[in-house]
Amino acid sequence: MNRRLALMLCVLALAAIPAFNALPADHPLHAPDFLVSVVGKWICYAILALAIDLAWGYAGILSLGHGAFFALGGYAIGMHLMRLIGPRGVYGHPVLPDFMVFLGYTELPWYWLGFDWFAFAFLMALFVPGLLALVVGWLAFRSRITGVYLSIITQAMTYALMLAFFRNDMGFGGNNGFTDFKELLGMPLNTSATRAVLFYASLVTLVLVFWGCAHLTQTKLGRVLTAIRDAESRTRFLGYNVTQHKLFVFVLSAMIAGLAGALYVPQVGIINPSEFSPGNSIEAVVWVAFGGRGTLVGAVLGAFSVNALKTWLTSVAPDLWLIVLGLLFVIVTLVLPKGLIGLLRRRGP
Amino acid sequence: MSSAKSLNGGLYVDGVTVTFDGFRALNNLSLLVEPGELRAVIGPNGAGKTTMMDVITGKTRPDTGIVRFAARDLTKLDEAAIATLGIGRKFQKPTVFDALTVFENLELALKAPRGPLACLRWLLSGEARARIEATMEQIGLAARCQDLAGLLSHGQRQWLEIGMLLMQEPELLLVDEPVAGMTDHETEQTASLLRGIAGSRSVVVVEHDLEFVRALDCRVTVLHEGSVLSEGSITHVQADPRVIEVYLGR
Repeated sequence: MNRRLALMLCVLALAAIPAFNALPADHPLHAPDFLVSVVGKWICYAILALAIDLAWGYAGILSLGHGAFFALGGYAIGMHLMRLIGPRGVYGHPVLPDFMVFLGYTELPWYWLGFDWFAFAFLMALFVPGLLALVVGWLAFRSRITGVYLSIITQAMTYALMLAFFRNDMGFGGNNGFTDFKELLGMPLNTSATRAVLFYASLVTLVLVFWGCAHLTQTKLGRVLTAIRDAESRTRFLGYNVTQHKLFVFVLSAMIAGLAGALYVPQVGIINPSEFSPGNSIEAVVWVAFGGRGTLVGAVLGAFSVNALKTWLTSVAPDLWLIVLGLLFVIVTLVLPKGLIGLLRRRGP
Repeated sequence: MSSAKSLNGGLYVDGVTVTFDGFRALNNLSLLVEPGELRAVIGPNGAGKTTMMDVITGKTRPDTGIVRFAARDLTKLDEAAIATLGIGRKFQKPTVFDALTVFENLELALKAPRGPLACLRWLLSGEARARIEATMEQIGLAARCQDLAGLLSHGQRQWLEIGMLLMQEPELLLVDEPVAGMTDHETEQTASLLRGIAGSRSVVVVEHDLEFVRALDCRVTVLHEGSVLSEGSITHVQADPRVIEVYLGR
């Protein structure tokens, strides 16, 4: 009961940020714009952390490629945002986005069709990561590829996608990706009102995903996943089709990551292939490890705390960040196997 | 009805030979386990005890011979099909799920649809709860219901594993060295647990510990070099000069 109250207070505290931002700029409690956008980003990261925790913390699937699912979700919504620019691009082409005009496209590639509808783009932000996870997961789990081998395969997956998206002839803007977005669902993106709306949409999604994951892990499926994590062959011997269960949770996790990416891109206003870089996926795993894997609160706490540290450190000593990130990982592995949440619980009653 | 069910529990092994690279692991082995019977199988290392288990559970195919259970020819079926037919096997090394409670371990083993969506929607019915509670009572872990399996002693883990086998409602239980590493007290309790299970199901126990076999108080089969050397009560086989020569060796 106490825990639930604490969680609700945290959500309320987050929800207050855009409200304080709406106060007049000379008000002592005024929250600056950057705080809204930076915390809005962290909320998306927290959703990604929940996705990773569901697969890794509960089912033992250590994916080092979840950044790819996140980026694919972001690209899907990015394509919609590009279509909404319409003739307002630098080149003023009535249909084609600027980068296509620049690259000499004469018509929209077939895979861009449908992205002028928000609902379609939103569904694709879930569907494409889910489909990729289904194919990669099916190939890997069917062949009983587990542990570090699976991690390497997923890492290779995100790296391959990064190289592919860097190519101009993929039709996704190459190196530069998508940017210069104008509006979403009729709201101009550069106003604080829209920022607040996106912030609240992300916060509500975080709460819903958290609630859904909490529910899932309490069901028998959650216990089967734990059983698979701890003794995969024994679970198989009990008559469970382990491949199906792992595939289910991996696809679900990829879709949650895609959702996080879809909420992220309108807030940061850009998506490019660097989102696929292997380092991003590893960093996201560090959030979960640092916060405490196998607990949902730990994943969220990890995403917020590591990113807060990153935001602060990259402004005061940008060169140190990667070293600190590496150190964090080493320290957590050596001294805090249960992460921050394990530390808090040990100290607590 | 109970007689029809118990008729299914009989195991019939006749003239089974298994050869590995010229080594005869089983040599014209014949064995009949009555429905509901408790049977102990003993024998020195390499006598073929584990190979016999492997043949019955479909892990190893015999070169020749008949293996029948519930009027089905087991030599034609694979491991999963044999398990579905109602033959449960407990391996030597107990594997229970440490991060789950005793109750949850048994719940996972309970016969129920196994797909991800079925597990997601699964609600524990009163009947299922009663079955799990009855099994916990039977294996003597009712008081540890909500404890994590990782906190159990070695002996209790063995019992939990036997309980998980029971949840799958087998008609024949094959139990491989259940008391290895147990204290005397636990060994005694295991013997009474297995005696209690037999009757409604057939139980075949492979064991080295003769004190334990004596406590089982059942018919004993002595294997030697892949075939039956002697069979009868523990007193009978211990008095058999051939058994004394090859196994008891005193």
